[in-house]
Amino acid sequence: MSNLLRLDHVSRHFGGVRALDDVSLALEAGRIYGLIGPNGAGKTTLINLLTGLLPPSAGEIWFADTRIDRMPAYRIAALGMTRTYQNIRLFPAMSARENVQIGQHLVTRTGVWQRLLWLGSARQEEMALQGAALALLARVGLAAHAEQRADELAYGQQRRLEIARALASNPRLLLLDEPAAGMNHAEAAELAALIRSLATDGRTILLIEHNMGLVMSLCDHLIVLDFGRKIADGPAAVVSRDPAVIAAYLGAETAPDAAPEAARA
Amino acid sequence: MLQQLANGVFQGSVYALFAVGYALIFGVLDILNLAHQAVFMIGAFAAFWILTHLGANMVVAFLGSMVVCGLLGILLDRVAFAPLRRRRDTHFAGLITSIAAATMLEALAQGYFGAQDNRFPLDAVPSRIYTIHGVVILQLQLIILAVSLLLTIGLTVMLRATRLGKAIRAVAENPRAARLLGINVEWVIAESFFIASALGGAAGVLYGMLYSFSPTVGHDLELKGLAVIILGGMGSIPGAVIGGFVLGLVEVASIGLSSTSNLRDAIAFTLLFLVLVARPNGLLGRRAVREA
Amino acid sequence: MGGLQNFYAAHQALIYFMGINALLALSLYFTLAAGQLSLANAAFMGIGAYTAALLTIKLDAPFALAIAAGALLPALVAVPLGLPVLRLRGVFLAIATIAFGEVVRIVALNWGFTGGALGLSGIPAKTHLWHIALALVVTLYVLWRIRGSRMGYAFEAIREDESAAKTMGINTTYYKLAAFVLGAAVAGVAGGLSAHFIFFISPNDYGFSQAVDILVYAIVGGIGNFLGPVLGAWLITLIPEYLRSAKPFGVGAGWETLFLNGLILLLVVLFLPNGLVSLFGRFRRRPAPAPKAEESIVDVESAQA
Repeated sequence: MSNLLRLDHVSRHFGGVRALDDVSLALEAGRIYGLIGPNGAGKTTLINLLTGLLPPSAGEIWFADTRIDRMPAYRIAALGMTRTYQNIRLFPAMSARENVQIGQHLVTRTGVWQRLLWLGSARQEEMALQGAALALLARVGLAAHAEQRADELAYGQQRRLEIARALASNPRLLLLDEPAAGMNHAEAAELAALIRSLATDGRTILLIEHNMGLVMSLCDHLIVLDFGRKIADGPAAVVSRDPAVIAAYLGAETAPDAAPEAARA
Repeated sequence: MLQQLANGVFQGSVYALFAVGYALIFGVLDILNLAHQAVFMIGAFAAFWILTHLGANMVVAFLGSMVVCGLLGILLDRVAFAPLRRRRDTHFAGLITSIAAATMLEALAQGYFGAQDNRFPLDAVPSRIYTIHGVVILQLQLIILAVSLLLTIGLTVMLRATRLGKAIRAVAENPRAARLLGINVEWVIAESFFIASALGGAAGVLYGMLYSFSPTVGHDLELKGLAVIILGGMGSIPGAVIGGFVLGLVEVASIGLSSTSNLRDAIAFTLLFLVLVARPNGLLGRRAVREA
Repeated sequence: MGGLQNFYAAHQALIYFMGINALLALSLYFTLAAGQLSLANAAFMGIGAYTAALLTIKLDAPFALAIAAGALLPALVAVPLGLPVLRLRGVFLAIATIAFGEVVRIVALNWGFTGGALGLSGIPAKTHLWHIALALVVTLYVLWRIRGSRMGYAFEAIREDESAAKTMGINTTYYKLAAFVLGAAVAGVAGGLSAHFIFFISPNDYGFSQAVDILVYAIVGGIGNFLGPVLGAWLITLIPEYLRSAKPFGVGAGWETLFLNGLILLLVVLFLPNGLVSLFGRFRRRPAPAPKAEESIVDVESAQA
């Protein structure tokens, strides 16, 4: 079985800054991967490259046997890759349900013509989609807030809403960019449970996180970036003891798999 | 040919002076101030009023008009832009309020002065004509060019060398950082408006010395001013100056192609359109990147 | 019934204009709903007006055909115009559309086929109120059905956060272009219809200040809801009427109207940013869409570490 996602010698420069430098990696379907590294290591840049918001300066990116590095973002999403954002980019004026429904764009069949002609099939699909959206909201624990405006939700709720929205098109690969940022212990634990349940559907998840407790409890496999370079790539237990990784993060003080409180970067 | 060059340069100097005010505001606030052309118009009328009601000479009228327009600029900021600074849609809303302000200024001018064309009293305007190497040059044109260059150079020097200039550039670059450095951002913005509007008013007076003007005189220049700053790069003052002269020269050069002034404008706009599409940063512009 | 007929006869032009301006405001709504500030609609209106008028004058074409052509030609022009221009963000898109409008106006001023500066006169009187009403109803129906549809959600997403919309699989170029083209078609219909009751059109009727007028209708009315632009158009169209009847001389309320328009626009943006339509409580849920602070002129993502 070929890899779900493959990066071949991918680099990205911004002027003189090498945000990503000759990164190669491969992801297999059905696993939870953690992408970690100190701030500024290039993690979000990598996600932006994957989702097509930025082209790479060099290298190739392959997703499910299709080359995607020059593809427009909307086509990549159609191939089955969606994401959440580090600084939450919901549609603030729309309700939670509507946010999720926008995420359903790729799985919506009826176009505006059927609606103009007021065909029954349009109405049917509309009801089905609404139902699916509400189900997703229930899954992330936001059923009670379905009609509330997105910007009125609490921070943790907004993060979960973003995940629901990213799930709405049933993606094969879900990219989560620091979904636990700013969460307390309990919230992060709930989030971990949610993410774990997403992976049991056969979905592949790439998680960027600084919360090491979360990362270690969820991820089978870790990829570590530092200054745009990949410095480790392997099973979580192995990578977390890699001296280069430890050095990159904290000097030699604390190992990444220490108690979550101590390791919180 | 030399004549055309000369005419183009003189024409361009007025455009350049006008565009500089546009560029300054855009550089500092990232807002396109579409009321700038109304200030330009008020500049011409203010000088007109001073000349006809106070019987003063052109120099007094010119300076007085600049002051009036500068103050008007501060008022404009207070009324149309400052209330919007915190809003998420500040650029879009600012565009609309500037249109509203321009409309009101135009209406007031029309109400007070009437809708007809006006000219400065003939005795106030210099009228000597020189002929150098077969090129006809009006003393007036020389004065306009000189004043225009003086003001633009003065602005550039001010921006580079003075404390205020550095503060303005800091705010233009990153207002939040500027605030953290202790710069009083609101004050700097007010002063930028004063300067930009005073220059816009000055351009209006210079224009009025050459041509007749009515309350709608700004419209034509508004669009050309846009063309100039796009060409030169939004927010770039040297770009605005160069763009102004380029436009002046292009306009004069295309008289050779068609005697209809309209078609010349069409050329200017097509150029503008092409620049926007092909090279949106213009000739010299910085990318309009602003940290939120 | 006599009273109503008298009222209508006395105010026919006004009612027609209210309808036409509502159509124009709605044409702008299409593009604003997708987050694009386009000032090309006055030019599209002009193209529609000239197309329809030339067909009826020169070819004695049936009215319906003329109007259909008046919708089609602007729509066709909108495609090659939109493709390069819709990549531009915010204010730069506006400027590009202004430039387009000026070029169209100047071409029409200098082209013998369109009558040059003298314009076209002798356009037959063919527009009845029901034509305008029908156009309005159809446009409103389409807008109503778009809301909540795949396209409607796509528009909203693009308006609120275009690059996030892309990562959800929304082909933003297609939808922005669709909004642009639809707006052009509606503006063209407004042009065709108005040409056939004002009988005489000239290029300066479709220039920058008309484009600004249309923007004013839409903003004053509010763009959170498709009824807003209609409301705004009606209010602004009625102001000179009101002023005319209030002033003893009945002088065309020149500068006062202008001033009042500007003042209303300013007050609305400052204090009622979602337009007048937001005064009606149940519309309050959708605030004015707002293109965010521009990051760059062209739609390129900025660097993120």
